[in-house]
Amino acid sequence: MFPIEHFLLLAAFLFSLGLLIIITKRNTIMILLGIELMLNASNLNLVAFNQLQPGSVDGQMFALFVIIVAVSEAAVGLAIVLQVYQYFQTSIPDSVSDLKE
Amino acid sequence: MSLVAFMFYFFSAVAAFSALTLALVRNVFYGALLLIVCLLALAGIYVLAFAEFIAVTQILIYAGGIVVIIIFGIMLTTRISDRPMAVEHTNVLAGVFVATCIFGLLVYVLTKESFLQPGSPVYDAHFNHVNTIGISLMTSYMFPFEIAGLLLLIALVAACVIASTIKSKRDVSD
Repeated sequence: MFPIEHFLLLAAFLFSLGLLIIITKRNTIMILLGIELMLNASNLNLVAFNQLQPGSVDGQMFALFVIIVAVSEAAVGLAIVLQVYQYFQTSIPDSVSDLKE
Repeated sequence: MSLVAFMFYFFSAVAAFSALTLALVRNVFYGALLLIVCLLALAGIYVLAFAEFIAVTQILIYAGGIVVIIIFGIMLTTRISDRPMAVEHTNVLAGVFVATCIFGLLVYVLTKESFLQPGSPVYDAHFNHVNTIGISLMTSYMFPFEIAGLLLLIALVAACVIASTIKSKRDVSD
């Protein structure tokens, strides 16, 4: 069993990079990629902490349900992205600003 | 360093490096491919963390499902013939500042605290995780399992409904 801090440090690194991607990219699909990266970082934490409880799979079950929710989020999110692209003819989230005007 | 330890740090390095490149790359399609690399490396780490079922699910659903959906989305939302699919960056300073602060805070907390309980757990290599997951899905996790099925059905119907009103821009006469 590897030291759990190494798992957690990798997960923290992936989570920060996901946040960086969400903030800096000017494309809705790239933002969805960043969200997937953050969800995976949280999954890594769940799987790593599951090692501390031998004989139990609670953490892995949580990771499984996180994956299921991520699938639903990706499907509905991409449908919304396609619809917004059809309406505004752009995939830059900053230019979708009808409510501002 | 044993082979297993080498594999763990190799997969960690691949995941971290591909995520870093994903933050820097400007082409959306390259971004999706880099995400596949990162997810496969994470699946390898899951195997080394004794979570075989999660690793296979990760490969099947993430690398096989979500990334394919995302690539479809990329092809439907970028006019490939017009110009290269370059993504501009915005708020770079603020983003780097926030991400660095979050990472620093997490590293500070993680290195300060020790998560190992007194009496470090002894791992039983013969414990069958897949068997246990299957049994718990049908016993103690029955209700969340059904809710997850319902959620997937709702997401399927919702995605179809939202995307089905897209009209074709192509002129019918030609």
